[in-house]
Amino acid sequence: MIDTENLTRKFGNLTAVDSLTLHVDDGEVFGFLGPNGAGKTTTVRMLCCLISKTSGNARIGDYDVGIEADSLKIRELIGLVPDNVGLYDDLSAYDNLDFYGKLYDCTAAQRKENIERLLKMLELWEKKDVAAGTFSKGMKQKLSIARALIHDPQILFMDEPTANLDPESSKTVRDFIIELKKEKKTIFLNTHNLDEAQRICDRIGILNTKLMAIGTPEELEKSVQGRKTVIQIEQAGDAIIAALRKLPLRNLIIDGNKLTIDVTNPEKENVTILDTIFRAGGHVQSVTVVGSTLEDAYLKLVRQTK
Amino acid sequence: MRLSRSWIIALKDFKIFLKKKNIIYSILVVPFIVSFLFPVVIVLEGHSNGGSGIPASELPILLPAFSFFYLILAGMIPTAIASYSLIGEKVEKSLEPLLVTPTTDSEILLGKGIAAFLPPIGAILGGATIFMVLMDLVTHGTLGYYFFPNWNAAIILFLMVPLAVVMSVEWNVIVSARVSDVRIAQQIGILLILPFGAIYVAGELNLIQLSSTITLLIIAGILLLVDLLLLYVAKATFQREEILTKWK
Repeated sequence: MIDTENLTRKFGNLTAVDSLTLHVDDGEVFGFLGPNGAGKTTTVRMLCCLISKTSGNARIGDYDVGIEADSLKIRELIGLVPDNVGLYDDLSAYDNLDFYGKLYDCTAAQRKENIERLLKMLELWEKKDVAAGTFSKGMKQKLSIARALIHDPQILFMDEPTANLDPESSKTVRDFIIELKKEKKTIFLNTHNLDEAQRICDRIGILNTKLMAIGTPEELEKSVQGRKTVIQIEQAGDAIIAALRKLPLRNLIIDGNKLTIDVTNPEKENVTILDTIFRAGGHVQSVTVVGSTLEDAYLKLVRQTK
Repeated sequence: MRLSRSWIIALKDFKIFLKKKNIIYSILVVPFIVSFLFPVVIVLEGHSNGGSGIPASELPILLPAFSFFYLILAGMIPTAIASYSLIGEKVEKSLEPLLVTPTTDSEILLGKGIAAFLPPIGAILGGATIFMVLMDLVTHGTLGYYFFPNWNAAIILFLMVPLAVVMSVEWNVIVSARVSDVRIAQQIGILLILPFGAIYVAGELNLIQLSSTITLLIIAGILLLVDLLLLYVAKATFQREEILTKWK
């Protein structure tokens, strides 16, 4: 559905997006993670035919990004939730959506039906005649999402849709994205929010001008070497600590009676560790193996490029 | 170019303008004040001249000069609406969602142009109609005939005024690309009245004959050339790439 090959955008001497190659499947929710200035918005703008590419190729459906004749077709296929909501403050919620519905050639009946359906889904129907300028941030963001969906697009680009929203509004937006996922919409989600990406996205790309990694959240977590074994013991005495320090452990953190040890292969290493504790007279209360998180993977990849 | 899309954008702008009282006032107040003011000046001048009125020989020079004033208004009034139409979108950051719709840059620009063109034209022609009717009423006794309508007034109102409004709209598109404050845009936009004011003063000083059809057609020709030049610049300015990456 979305394909890019060595997609690059430069602003003068600054390379905003460097040789981006990725594929997003039909009906997939693809998360695009990266720090500020990583090129996420520039990528979305290129894919939405808002700005040109410097080199490389990109395709949306059957159409080529960068070909003038295809650009209008692409814009019919897609919806965009920009990072700034960009509503007409003086117009009502209904009139905002009606205006965009007309620009997408929706008939009067389609507009009426879609506006009512979307505003009801996003809990804004009661406010349909109220000027958008009076809405809260969360309500504006929801209206911006409704605007992007007014023509029932196959592909939805969302640029940080939950940024600056309170937790309740963020949850509403996230739940709505999950609803869209059930409708098999293809969603390209730019976000800073790792937790959000992990919960919603089928696959994630980590961008920092270049694409650093791509995969499912689980694959990315596993890509970071190392896991941790957390052992709770009855009494972490000096004998136990001294015995453990004799082992070739990479990192041992002692927090009261809780020991956290970096391990590469817990199935093998934990046997030795536990045996050492028993031999030193320790009584183990619990053993937990903690994997790397998406945050670990993200931070590692982003720091690599600094 | 699909005119229907431009019209959708223009109608949306009209809807917004109707909610902005300051825009409505700035479009309507000046043309209507001027339309009543000039006939009143003629009447008062007549009274101060021993009640004999302005001599009939002077009126055919004075009245075209008054008509020419509508050209100055044509350069001035669209500033209020055109600058708001574009900078309003910039301030509300609504250009990006608009640009992502299947609408071309030219269709958006034309829509904005229509929205900024029609209200001032309506207000100026409405005001000019009042002006001509009142002038005919107060000068008929002196002249012995109705001065308006005439060909020169038609050239001013139906050729030069639209060309001047187009020029003002184009100028404001260019200015709006460079600033982010409606008031600053209006202050720069209104500079366009200076050449029209200079022509008006030149007419008052008899340096050029504003009652001459040839003079008016020459000025109209110059306006057309400037319009075409500004259209080229405005189109080059109103490119989605420029808007999203370079507009302040």
